[in-house]
Amino acid sequence: MTEAPAPRIGVITFPGSLDDRDAQRAIRIAGAEPVALWHGSHDLDGVDALVLPGGFSYGDYLRAGAIAALAPIMADVKDAAAKGMPILGICNGFQMLVEAQLLPGGLIRNAHQQFVRRDQRLRVENSSTAWTSDFADGQEIVIPLKNADGGYIASESELDRLEGEGLVAFRYVGVNPNGSLRDIAGLANERGNVVGLMPHPEHAVEPGFGPGTAVAMRSGVDGLPFFTSAIAALVGAAA
Amino acid sequence: MPTIVVDVMPKAELLDPQGKAVSGALSRLGVSDFTSVRIGKRFELTVEGEVGEDVLAKAREIADDILSNSVIEDVVGIEVVE
Repeated sequence: MTEAPAPRIGVITFPGSLDDRDAQRAIRIAGAEPVALWHGSHDLDGVDALVLPGGFSYGDYLRAGAIAALAPIMADVKDAAAKGMPILGICNGFQMLVEAQLLPGGLIRNAHQQFVRRDQRLRVENSSTAWTSDFADGQEIVIPLKNADGGYIASESELDRLEGEGLVAFRYVGVNPNGSLRDIAGLANERGNVVGLMPHPEHAVEPGFGPGTAVAMRSGVDGLPFFTSAIAALVGAAA
Repeated sequence: MPTIVVDVMPKAELLDPQGKAVSGALSRLGVSDFTSVRIGKRFELTVEGEVGEDVLAKAREIADDILSNSVIEDVVGIEVVE
């Protein structure tokens, strides 16, 4: 029996993306093949899944993620999302998914007005998405957070709907770092293939370069299951 | 050249962190005449020639779809300035 080829996961680089290379590295460490994609093309290069990386696309002009959400490749991203392709938006990528209306609500300037960077504790609220299946419901994880526009907002009725339908994927625990309503750190769509969150799983995938843990400095790798979840979903679908 | 001015404000019921920061600075300076400050955005769309109904309709369309995000903001004014 020959081993199936590793899934190919695309990372789209926009003008002002910062964490595209880190996302590619995380995908490689998790066991898939990273594929660099470009915002100005319509070419998804036949990838099996997509990551919209963090950064400050277009300098956060207009609204964070708003101009990137209008990029040529986003039309193809929307088509892929509708077909069920696993898509993860991290930080600025989450903002793009919200601006592209692939996820509901909005993200505004942090309530305290300041950029925040910390190792953030989160609770996994929905482990049945394409990017969270290697977690357990209620599991607490620590991954880095770094943003200026991370305050999640939506109307009360929309927040009730999100909670009722289990679409809140991650919640801040201990500290709410940016004033997000209901401590929401990340969301999934109804189908569970599109997930977005403000914190950065790609910065917690390799011992020595992650958040500190009780065991050792920078040993945290709680971001790795995001990527292994998607790989497992893709390999399972191909089998 | 005619200009269409589009004004966008954060929704009234939402926290406006920028306005709040300015409000805090004013109160530190002893300025007590203003009870709150809110910060929005003004877009100036320059038009070559006449501003017809079709151009205005297009301005309204992009104001709703691109210049503002209806989840967090309201378009509070669209007017033609010569």
